[in-house]
Amino acid sequence: MYSREEKPGSMACAGKSIIGLTVNGQLYKLEIGAEAGKVDPSDTLSFTLRETLGLTGTKESCDSGACGACTVLMEGKAVLSCMLLTVECDGKSIVTIEGLRNPQTGELDILQQAFIDHTAFQCGFCTPGMIMSAKALLNENPSPTEEEVKMALSGNFCRCISHYQVIEAVMDAAKKGR
Amino acid sequence: MSEAYRYIGKATPRIDGEEIVTGKAAFLNDLKFQNLLYGKVLRSPHPHALIKKIDVKKAEQVKGVKAVITHETMPDWKNGNPPIRLLDKKVRFVGDAVALIAAETERIAEEAKKLIEVEYEILPAVLDDYEAMKPGAPQIYENLPGNLLPLGIPNRKWATEIVTGDVNKGFEEADVVVEEAYAYDNIPGPGFPESPAAVALWEEPNTVTVWVSNHKIWRNKHELSVTFGNDVKVRVIGGACGGSYGSKVMSIQVQCYAAALSKATGRPVKVSLSKEEQLSTFVLRPATRLHAKVGMKKDGTVTAIAGSWVLGTGYYSMTTQVQLGVGCGEAMIAVRCKNWDVKPAIVCTNRNASGIVRGFGGQELKCALIPILSHAMEKLSLDPFEVLKKNFVKPGDGYYWRNAEWYDYRGIDYSRAMDEGAKVFGWKDKWKGWLKPTAVKGAKRIGVGVGIHGNADVGEDVSETHVRLDNDGRVVILAGLAEHGTGQRSNVVKVVAEVLQLPLERISISPGDSMVTPFEWGPAGSRGTYAILGAAIAAAEDAKNKLFRLAMPMLGADDPKDLETSDGIIWLKSDPQKRIEWEKVLRFRTVLGYGRFEEDYSLSNCMMSFVELQVDTETGKVDLLRVVNATDVGQVIDPHGLQGQLYGCLGSAGIDSAVFEETIVDPTTGCILNSNLIDYKWRTSAELPVIDNVVLETPIDTHRFHAIGVGEITTSPGPSAVLMAASNAIGQWLHEYPVTPERILKALGKIGRNIQKKEGGR
Ligand code: FES
Ligand code: FES
Repeated sequence: MYSREEKPGSMACAGKSIIGLTVNGQLYKLEIGAEAGKVDPSDTLSFTLRETLGLTGTKESCDSGACGACTVLMEGKAVLSCMLLTVECDGKSIVTIEGLRNPQTGELDILQQAFIDHTAFQCGFCTPGMIMSAKALLNENPSPTEEEVKMALSGNFCRCISHYQVIEAVMDAAKKGR
Repeated sequence: MSEAYRYIGKATPRIDGEEIVTGKAAFLNDLKFQNLLYGKVLRSPHPHALIKKIDVKKAEQVKGVKAVITHETMPDWKNGNPPIRLLDKKVRFVGDAVALIAAETERIAEEAKKLIEVEYEILPAVLDDYEAMKPGAPQIYENLPGNLLPLGIPNRKWATEIVTGDVNKGFEEADVVVEEAYAYDNIPGPGFPESPAAVALWEEPNTVTVWVSNHKIWRNKHELSVTFGNDVKVRVIGGACGGSYGSKVMSIQVQCYAAALSKATGRPVKVSLSKEEQLSTFVLRPATRLHAKVGMKKDGTVTAIAGSWVLGTGYYSMTTQVQLGVGCGEAMIAVRCKNWDVKPAIVCTNRNASGIVRGFGGQELKCALIPILSHAMEKLSLDPFEVLKKNFVKPGDGYYWRNAEWYDYRGIDYSRAMDEGAKVFGWKDKWKGWLKPTAVKGAKRIGVGVGIHGNADVGEDVSETHVRLDNDGRVVILAGLAEHGTGQRSNVVKVVAEVLQLPLERISISPGDSMVTPFEWGPAGSRGTYAILGAAIAAAEDAKNKLFRLAMPMLGADDPKDLETSDGIIWLKSDPQKRIEWEKVLRFRTVLGYGRFEEDYSLSNCMMSFVELQVDTETGKVDLLRVVNATDVGQVIDPHGLQGQLYGCLGSAGIDSAVFEETIVDPTTGCILNSNLIDYKWRTSAELPVIDNVVLETPIDTHRFHAIGVGEITTSPGPSAVLMAASNAIGQWLHEYPVTPERILKALGKIGRNIQKKEGGR
């Protein structure tokens, strides 16, 4: 089973019997192994987040790097969690959709609020991935142009076509965040 | 209009908005179950074969495997039209289910799957719809000669053709008669993001609970009850549904797999398809081939339409007969014509099944019919906008609907919305005549096109709602609805809040659970606004009336009409000082209001789409530049939700099914070659056309808010408009969807004519 710690502890690295992941500010030490609750070397990050840590806000749709539904932040950058092996993420800091709201006040991130205000979703299945891609963009470029938003979200599949309202929401969030 | 209302027509946040943006919204794979087993499906590699022998011993011996089911051990459950066994001795497409495995983990189930040994006797397969109809073609079912499915629905009167008037007379009256063949048979998939999945728990002897990802819970319950037999008690629970576009009704097969495995193991079992399984084995749009003759007068009057419509449904049909009936009615709504003789056929082949996708029969038929009408318009030099506007159903007209009954249309004239759309688009300036580009810039040519669609299913089937007023002054709506993206659940809350004049926060809505909610056919055919909200409004009015009756003696009123309420306070209209809180009226009781909507096919919605696109005559690439959607919705309920539905015109096998989307079936192996989200092309945010939505609000005679839904049809007018626009851009008629670079270059004579040779088919 995994254990939770408030502060980063020392990691077993070379032998790799345990890896450490910081997810939404919380350190998880995870044993390597095939049993439930452990990390199998073939487990993807999206699997570990969803099935081992119970963070089901991150969605899996294609499970093959094509749709962006599983997007999370790793060291502040958008990554496809279905394309990363969890063991490769040892020592990394990850933010998922569950980690966006302010942990102290519970207040939603500006982006999350903007998505609500603009109803920037229909079925909402692609939305966590959309928001995380947008978050990575705003981390890097707080004042993007509409074109830049379109490019940054171009890896996020949305069959309902929420894009138009998503772009409005991201532009609005960027404005409010300045 | 909206000023008169507190909520209707105003933007209000979706009730599930916070859950969605925080990742809390629970889709099927997010639910947690104790003791859960994972189910997997072994699938056929052959398009057509008999299972001679199947040996599951090795698979059963794998540690962690709890059940393996084959056609020999599967309960004799059947569904479809005609009904077929869920696991059969015969496999009928690449991907057909051969065996089911339940195991402690997905990995174990996958491993065990590989150990099942199957001996097949391979049979000749047929993949082309016309070929399948020929004498001597491989027969997919013993009892369906010619691979033709029965039309209609058992034990119900149902439309199976459009035959009315006298087409010979009609052709004589025409100034021009054209005969053409068009196909819309690139079978795009609905492509929803959350793959089909279900969890079933079978409790012996006869109770099964199924957690579904489906927007139609009660329909689901109905289909499962029919499949399992009426002695089985079925409960269906539906939460957030990650896209459907109509098609997840067909998840019934996945649900039955989970149910069979749960019955065999006594534990809850989840079956969740991979994306590849979804794209290669879940339903596609039906294929259409239309060969028709149309007569038209100089003024654009259509005098006769005669022809044959072949619908390809793949190996199976659950709803194609229904789509056929609706498609016929939708053709009559779009084209006023006195003389029809259109004879449809439904043919099966050895590819995966077709089923519901937005547009439901009418999009399929119109994608072929409008191009044929266009040839007549070209001969008469008529503007297609004017002809489509003139011919769309008007008050005083009528049509045969899906139940083969005639309906006098009692809706509005949509011409004003069409005119407004044309103005916003700039149609008058951009339309240069048939097969003429709007502009030429070097190798690039701009073309424009227009299409139309309307559907009388806005009033289909039955909805029931309970509105419960609790003794704490709060309201609970009991409605059999799962949210699939249209905002339907939020809109139900909204109309109830409007009727009861309560703050939205005081109203909650039950989960979509057939055990606690009354009957609800569920969202389909844009019926949400008229039918589902109609039942909710009636239930709220009933509850309010009952509440007023309780309050009458307390306020000295003689009639509920003497009372008014807002924000949980009731007062006497004639003496507003006489007032009382709901809580005091209700004290130790609840009040239950009931509302029911019954089918009404005398109204239709309407959407006209204008498209502008650019063709690069060197590369053949087509870029969609702009779309204008014009509609009249009577009264907007939720402006953001409506915009979302209108933007949705591009996705879910909509406009892009004419631009680049297609499912590619290998004609020799029957394998789908692009069953992944890289090879199946989809529009990215980097290539969005400009979309302008023109929405008018002319009150329509539905319910007290005079609104009509359009969500389902927004995908439908666009594809034929794209074909028209691309043809105009290059100055050549294009006959096939989608307008790929190959087809454009072939039409321009820039590449060989032997590419994609297709005497009716892939
Ligand atoms: S689920 Fe990871 S990219 Fe699609
Ligand atoms: S909102 Fe449904 S896929 Fe994006």
